[in-house]
Amino acid sequence: MKPPRFDYHDPETVPEVVGLLKTLPNARMLAGGQSLMPMLNMRLALPDHLVDLNRVEGLAYIRETGGALEIGAMTRQRDIEFSQLVLERCPVMHEAILQVGHRQTRNRGTLGGSLCQLDPSAELVAVAAALEATIAVAGPKGTREIPFSGFPKTYMTPAIGPDELLTRVRFPLWPRPHGWAFVEFARRHGDFAVVSAAALLEEDRGKIKRASVTLGGVAAAPVRMKEVEKALVGQTASDALFRDACEACRKIEAMQDVHAPASYRQHLAAVLSRRALERAHARTGAAKMSS
Amino acid sequence: MSETRNIAVTVNGKRYERSVDVRLTLADFLRGPLGLTGTHLGCEHGVCGACTILVDGQSARSCLMLAVQANGHEIATVEGLAPSAERLHPLQEAFRDNHGLQCGFCTPGMLMTLVEFLRDHPNPTEGEVRVAISGNLCRCTGYQGIVAAALDAAGRMRKGG
Amino acid sequence: MGFVGRSVTRLEDAPMLTGRGRYAADVSFPRELHMRVVRSSHAHARIVAIDASAARELPGCVAVWTSEDVAEIPPIDFRSTRVQGLEPHRQPVLARDRVRYVGEPVAVVFAEDPYLAEDAADLVTMEVEELPVVLSADRGTEAAVIRKGYGDIEAAFRAAHTVVDLDLSIGRHSGVPLETRGAIARYDAMRDALELHGATKRPHANRDLLARMLAREPGSIHLYEGHVGGGFGVRGEIYPEDVLVCAAALRLGRPVKWIEDRRENLMACNHSREQRHRVRAAVDAQGRILGIDDEFFHDQGAYVRTHGARVADLTAGMLPGPYRVPTYRAVGHYRLTNKTPAATYRAPGRYEATFVCERLLDAIAAKTGIDRVEVRRRNLIAKTEMPYARDLDVIDTEVVLDSGDYAGLLDQALARADWAVLQSELEQRRAAGEAVGVGLAFFLEKSGLGPVDVARVSMAADGTFDVVTGAASLGQGVETVLAQIAADALGVDYRRVRVAHGCTDRIEQGYGSHASRTTVMTGSAVHIAATKLRENMQPGCSAQGSFESEHMTYPYGVHIAVVNVDRDTGGVAVERYLAAFDVGRAVNPRLVEGQIEGGVVQGLGGALLEEFVYDAEGSPLSVTFADYTMPTACEAPGIAVLLTEDAPSPLNPLGIKGAGEGGVNPVGAVIASAIDDALGVAGAVTRLPVTPPRLVEIMRAERR
Repeated sequence: MKPPRFDYHDPETVPEVVGLLKTLPNARMLAGGQSLMPMLNMRLALPDHLVDLNRVEGLAYIRETGGALEIGAMTRQRDIEFSQLVLERCPVMHEAILQVGHRQTRNRGTLGGSLCQLDPSAELVAVAAALEATIAVAGPKGTREIPFSGFPKTYMTPAIGPDELLTRVRFPLWPRPHGWAFVEFARRHGDFAVVSAAALLEEDRGKIKRASVTLGGVAAAPVRMKEVEKALVGQTASDALFRDACEACRKIEAMQDVHAPASYRQHLAAVLSRRALERAHARTGAAKMSS
Repeated sequence: MSETRNIAVTVNGKRYERSVDVRLTLADFLRGPLGLTGTHLGCEHGVCGACTILVDGQSARSCLMLAVQANGHEIATVEGLAPSAERLHPLQEAFRDNHGLQCGFCTPGMLMTLVEFLRDHPNPTEGEVRVAISGNLCRCTGYQGIVAAALDAAGRMRKGG
Repeated sequence: MGFVGRSVTRLEDAPMLTGRGRYAADVSFPRELHMRVVRSSHAHARIVAIDASAARELPGCVAVWTSEDVAEIPPIDFRSTRVQGLEPHRQPVLARDRVRYVGEPVAVVFAEDPYLAEDAADLVTMEVEELPVVLSADRGTEAAVIRKGYGDIEAAFRAAHTVVDLDLSIGRHSGVPLETRGAIARYDAMRDALELHGATKRPHANRDLLARMLAREPGSIHLYEGHVGGGFGVRGEIYPEDVLVCAAALRLGRPVKWIEDRRENLMACNHSREQRHRVRAAVDAQGRILGIDDEFFHDQGAYVRTHGARVADLTAGMLPGPYRVPTYRAVGHYRLTNKTPAATYRAPGRYEATFVCERLLDAIAAKTGIDRVEVRRRNLIAKTEMPYARDLDVIDTEVVLDSGDYAGLLDQALARADWAVLQSELEQRRAAGEAVGVGLAFFLEKSGLGPVDVARVSMAADGTFDVVTGAASLGQGVETVLAQIAADALGVDYRRVRVAHGCTDRIEQGYGSHASRTTVMTGSAVHIAATKLRENMQPGCSAQGSFESEHMTYPYGVHIAVVNVDRDTGGVAVERYLAAFDVGRAVNPRLVEGQIEGGVVQGLGGALLEEFVYDAEGSPLSVTFADYTMPTACEAPGIAVLLTEDAPSPLNPLGIKGAGEGGVNPVGAVIASAIDDALGVAGAVTRLPVTPPRLVEIMRAERR
């Protein structure tokens, strides 16, 4: 399982990357390599040109600006994992990243790489959906911003042009205190989630003011369960409320593969969204009580 | 022929300058041109962990890197673990003393993963060790001897062994 | 001060710990060519044409062969067997006019490096006519029917107070060692010597088979074993690739190296275990078995490989297990399908047989209301009945259980597990809402397959000793265990003993390492040789020992497992695991424990996680480690091992029984039993692996 032939480029600036992408036919960008290298080794990807992003300046950072976390595309998952800023301001991302692969893969894997790969089970993609992230993309005509809802085009294909590269993701932050949870069911520790559920809750004296419920692994792209969210807002949080609201997840259109039939994914969707909400709700209380 | 690049890589403290095919993986570079066959290939798609090495002190799957990406970086492999020809690293001793290996194929990857882990977590619980090696598959030991070895090594290293 | 019985540290570890191992992929010869196999992507098709022209033109590609280029090489033979009619189903080294499974070798390319070899292989194209595929042993060509039995089975069922009837399936899975297969062949024209490196398991037998296939004298072929990354039964048989590298080295005049990749390994290396059993048992009013009647369907895949029908034979012969079964009938339909060929994987036929037999015992307990431990007590063969001749043969050997105190080990295991306390603890947890349960499975193993083994021990000038054997190393610690045995017989320190294995050059006769035979057979031969040498222990002297055996030895054990079922997700966590095992005599207890621990986790893989799945067209879906999921350290529980030596074997000088397969044998059975207990539903589990979606379905069906 050796990679096929390709021409290799290792630019050092974003404009260089854009210039290369404009002129090179059938080019793929290499970020962390945790998704693309297996595909190259298995010859499922056959690019004529490989543009290595690992020497490009200025694409790795985590900062808080204007109520959002901005994270550069080449930020390693490891840095997200150990970021105090992420832990404090975006705990759902922290909880999610602990479930992404293994130490070795997080050391190399990047945020941008995960988003562009758009694996249906990818935890970071689900977090981006849950937080309604905005994705900044640089191309020959300059930068543009894509709201997450418009980012997945089709199965494992983002809506970015062949001459564009993802530079940054902006995650709007939920105010403190809020409840959060990222739960998933995988065959083994560190495996891609069969189904994942991300829940965010803002409550006021037990009444739900705002809710975000996102399911990963069921469809090609993460699904924001608006139906569930609507059923929650304005209601008093309770296990019964969550259980009943999450039944709607059973009707979601789900994928089928060697790991699970569609019916099982639908079942997990209901189970995990409920668990995520229960856990998020518990944390709302804890957040209120902590000093 | 395929495109080649000149690279300079430090491996186990020694600097190597070579001309490599751009598609040559880091694992094959270590095993082939450098003759360091201690790093093993078990799957070449980033799951089994047999190819684990350290890149600038951080564990990585060498089957998922290209040799050209290692240019200017420091790589540590199992061959550099023992402090001398006469002495073993505490991890190696612990593996030997706790029956942490049978066929030995996963062992280099396990060792390198644990080098990083114990450096960052000198006093781990058993559960933490199991999570730490969950990205390294073993088919022979059932992990029992490996976990015991890791905990034993942690103890030895805390004592300055 | 003896070494046998002590958990001394292994002699073989230093190179492996320091990255100086020499596995097949680490072997390189100057000017070597790299072989890459072009494999069928159709499960069943007629080959119309193969176009290798583009491949041949690729710079760096030296040759491309199809079946025409190896027409003189016969298909791969199997071990001698009493089963007739299997010859037409042998596998050719390259597919001739038909391909019969996805992954079947159709062509080989030889190139200057592995990257180029893969480039060239990708350029070979095929035109085929697709044919209908058969993917279930319910249909498929019936290559053989294995029949075993004794007594009047129909009478037993007529006299029965109760009958239990089960339909059980074991999913297709296999050993999957961490090192893929590899073979490097080199021909020395001056000595007319053909070398094959990367050999293991049965070097002498493999050499002889290669000699026949390549029309050479066996003495002109030399097999070499370096370090081996696990075998588990699947490595070390003769596969098409082994023959092809040899033929290529002979013909192309350069060394030829082939290293399998993981994708190939998962679709071309032997599969195993896939069987369906329709089994019933007749019992009397006290729950004692009157007879077992089993009809099973063995999914052999597309060809009969070197094991012939042995796995089906072992299944039928070992199914009664440790129990008194007065009448018995087994009919095994050995059928071909369009899947990867199957053969032996650790405890072959027994993982399956124990699953079936223990499910029967649990079903008997449930139906009669007799406690499942008690029902086993009533049926276990007693110590006083040993040796116990069962009116069956298994791999052409009469089944005579040599020794065993089954009830005694059961008592010890229950005591170690604190059974009564455990039961009440689990009851309390269940009352609090957890779906927790404990399973129990008793099993019989077999080991020490003969017919003979030979060893030579000699004393070197410096006072150290060399032991030369026909054993093979799969990583299990052969060098250490045999050194311990030799050391005791010689009265020296085991560190002064070097053990050679896996090389056909150094000893004329050898039967390799498989069927848990090495410690028993080679160990006994070493003991005899060393004992002889001791009579005249001078530098330069040597002695030969040989040990023959017409019967196998039968270790046995019982596993107890606690599981926690997540009722919502169908996930199963194994919380506690006890493996009790009597090996007669443990030469190195820690190494025996290691074999059990490793076997248990492989068994858990087969019970919960691993399965080779095919789509409707016969394309394999489990071709990466992301799809074929083996247990990691997080899925593996801590394993308590209770190792006993209550029943040494009377059949060899040291009383040894082989330990290699006792870890994996009962795991499917014990997990099924535990899940039943956790759900409170007898017979809930009828099929392995118990994946989360299947378990959710089982729970849903129960609620209706």
